[in-house]
Amino acid sequence: MDFNLTQDRRMMADSLTRYLADQYPVTHRMKIAYTLPCHDAAKWGELAELGVLGALVPESAGGFGGAGADLAVVFEALGRVLCPEPMLGAAMAARLLIAAGAECDALIAGTTRYAVALGEPESPWDLTDITCTATAKGGAHVLSGRKGAVYGGQAADTVLVAAKLDGRLALFAVNTSDARTVAYPMMDGGGAAEVLLDDTPAILLMADANAAIMDATNAGIVALCAEAVGAMEVTLATTVDYLKTRKQFGVAIGKFQVLQHRAVDMLTEIEQARSITIKAAAELGGPLADRSCAMAKHLIGRAGRMIAEEAVQMHGGIAMTWEYPISHYAKRLVMLDAQLGDTDYHLSRVMAAYAA
Amino acid sequence: MDLNYSPSELAFQAEVRGFLADNLPRDISDAVRHGDEVGKEMSERWHAILSAKGWLAATWPVEFGGPGWTPVEKHIFEEECCRAYAPRIVPFGLNMLGPVLQKFGTKEQQDSILPRILSGEDWWCQGYSEPGAGSDLASLKTRAVRDGDHWVINGQKTWTTLGQHANKIFCLCRTNPEAKQQEGISFILVDLDTPGIEMRPIRLIEGGHEVNEVFFTDVRVPYGNLVGEVDKGWTIAKYLLSHERTGIAGVGFSMQSLEEVKALARKVRRNGRPLAEDPLFAARIARAEIDLEAMKITNLRMLFKAQEQGAPGPETSILKIKGTVIHQELKDIARRALGPMAAPFPGHVTEGNIMFGPSDTEMNAAKYFNNRKTSIFGGSNEIQRNILTKAALDL
Ligand SMILES: Cc1cc2nc3c(=O)[nH]c(=O)nc-3n(C[C@H](O)[C@H](O)[C@H](O)COP(=O)(O)OP(=O)(O)OC[C@H]3O[C@@H](n4cnc5c(N)ncnc54)[C@H](O)[C@@H]3O)c2cc1C
Repeated sequence: MDFNLTQDRRMMADSLTRYLADQYPVTHRMKIAYTLPCHDAAKWGELAELGVLGALVPESAGGFGGAGADLAVVFEALGRVLCPEPMLGAAMAARLLIAAGAECDALIAGTTRYAVALGEPESPWDLTDITCTATAKGGAHVLSGRKGAVYGGQAADTVLVAAKLDGRLALFAVNTSDARTVAYPMMDGGGAAEVLLDDTPAILLMADANAAIMDATNAGIVALCAEAVGAMEVTLATTVDYLKTRKQFGVAIGKFQVLQHRAVDMLTEIEQARSITIKAAAELGGPLADRSCAMAKHLIGRAGRMIAEEAVQMHGGIAMTWEYPISHYAKRLVMLDAQLGDTDYHLSRVMAAYAA
Repeated sequence: MDLNYSPSELAFQAEVRGFLADNLPRDISDAVRHGDEVGKEMSERWHAILSAKGWLAATWPVEFGGPGWTPVEKHIFEEECCRAYAPRIVPFGLNMLGPVLQKFGTKEQQDSILPRILSGEDWWCQGYSEPGAGSDLASLKTRAVRDGDHWVINGQKTWTTLGQHANKIFCLCRTNPEAKQQEGISFILVDLDTPGIEMRPIRLIEGGHEVNEVFFTDVRVPYGNLVGEVDKGWTIAKYLLSHERTGIAGVGFSMQSLEEVKALARKVRRNGRPLAEDPLFAARIARAEIDLEAMKITNLRMLFKAQEQGAPGPETSILKIKGTVIHQELKDIARRALGPMAAPFPGHVTEGNIMFGPSDTEMNAAKYFNNRKTSIFGGSNEIQRNILTKAALDL
């Protein structure tokens, strides 16, 4: 047993953390996060040069990572600074492209930015009933339907779209410029788009994409969980600092035992959140991936809300302000729950196994 | 025991309901329902309608122009206002300064200030909190020094709700730095037009502007703006804080939120069925509804006690703690119901003219985040627990 990171991953974690501290501090984040396109193309190029995109892809496909633990290292660092860049789409797209036998070079180089469009307004997470449909047309395909909350869709060159083809879940690539997109900044920063398809030309990547989409979703879940753990740790550290420095009634508020215990409860939840994320990352790609990822996303959803609400409450008014970064950490930790299945959705997936 | 309203209370309820149906302007209730900011114009218009009816100052005695309602009638009025999506009454003049002047003000202050609150000529805001003085309000530092017929005020107030609409502020100031903290504070009225005052907006977590910082630099106000005695402002501050605050449990607002959440769960469809049929989601609503059902009775029991004994006890802290938690939970459910459709930052949701979920829901995430304030202000829920620890449990 060894819970240490490998040397390569430690180096990735260190260099990315250093880069983000220098180049993507909160002040920069605030300039990007809430204004379209919610994306800094120059910084994206630098992240690619640093190897961050390569870390999402296995060696066999030209990268130097691609395992659950690689994703976790990258996203935890991004989560610590609430980086709004569309990295989730890249992580998920890499797995889909590989499954389809397509090239990842442009993704790794950062020259093609990908978003992944799975859910729809009435089927945000469970894709059984999606209505987006593909039809064969003159040797190629066209898609019709609406894809909701496509994370990174506001800045993507290519969107990988799940659609029904002859009753099966298939995967297509769509040039963003061929589709109508309605882009918006999100409540918690970063961008997304609604992708509206109306006989939009698309390239078929996989006619039966069920397993690949499941796997990419699991990868996305590992990424989100790790991002949350990074954000939670900063949230707790900031809260503890504040408890030590904020004085009321002549003492630091951290002297009040009720707040001490609640900070300890936060710590406990974060340790649990980290553990379930490590577990999910370790199982990614294997037979236990679905179950582990469902458990992880459920727990992260619960813990994320608890950490967010407790951090704000224990700060008092100051954490209710836009200017104080914890408000943005709180928003990210809460809103992240709705991405790739919320805490109830994944709970019901875990529950479903009991009956079988 | 009888849990039902008496015939006269029922008649009152019907009267209020009828009045609201006929007189609450549609654009105003739409804004409230939608979660839009109810701006100055709408607040003032609604206040004027209630004022004309004599129902604006629900907590004031008849002699000062109040309706003379019992606590239960006040409760019914509030509940009906919530049902009808009337905006909240802006409380600073009506529910805070009004009662203070009625108890501590001079006849002259009462005569000159109270009618202007009723008529809407003055919009007051509350200058209590400071950057260093939140829960520990008595540690406030803003200084007022007597200079002949004037006070000269220097310092800073913060979190001043809706100060951007106000023309007046009531302030707690330190007038005797030598005395024990609580014994050197005075309650002073300040005209916001006075030279030396600067107000700056504070943007809140969800992006809205509802609070401000107020800076005082050599601000000169007439000595007569003092309310009560010099250095005795803490008594007034405490009176104001412990003064019967009807609706502290926010039961009406929670009932409103509960109905919204139920309607939403029926409207939002997920994988071919309404969200209301998802047992996990329905359980969230049911738990909140059960808590609220109990809270309605807890609230009425405490109102009843206040009516019998003349004053509310420390149990009102229970109403504050549980009432805010229930309301916050309902706001969480309302945001949660939308799933990813709650993602867009407010203001972008109508771009391209496409819908993000059922109508009137685009502010759901913003409302959830904004409502985190309710367990922080008005005496945080931790401070309420401290009060109960001593006053209810004698620990
Ligand atoms: C949206 C909003 C609107 C407001 N409007 C107004 C207004 O119009 N006018 C005005 O004067 N003020 C207003 N306030 C201020 C509000 O009353 C204060 O925020 C509140 O009193 C808490 O003070 P604080 O924010 O300084 O937090 P602190 O007092 O610094 O508290 C930080 C944390 O420590 C906890 N804590 C403090 N003391 C203890 C203790 N003894 N035991 C255990 N825990 C403790 C608190 O509960 C909190 O969790 C507003 C605040 C907000 C957020």
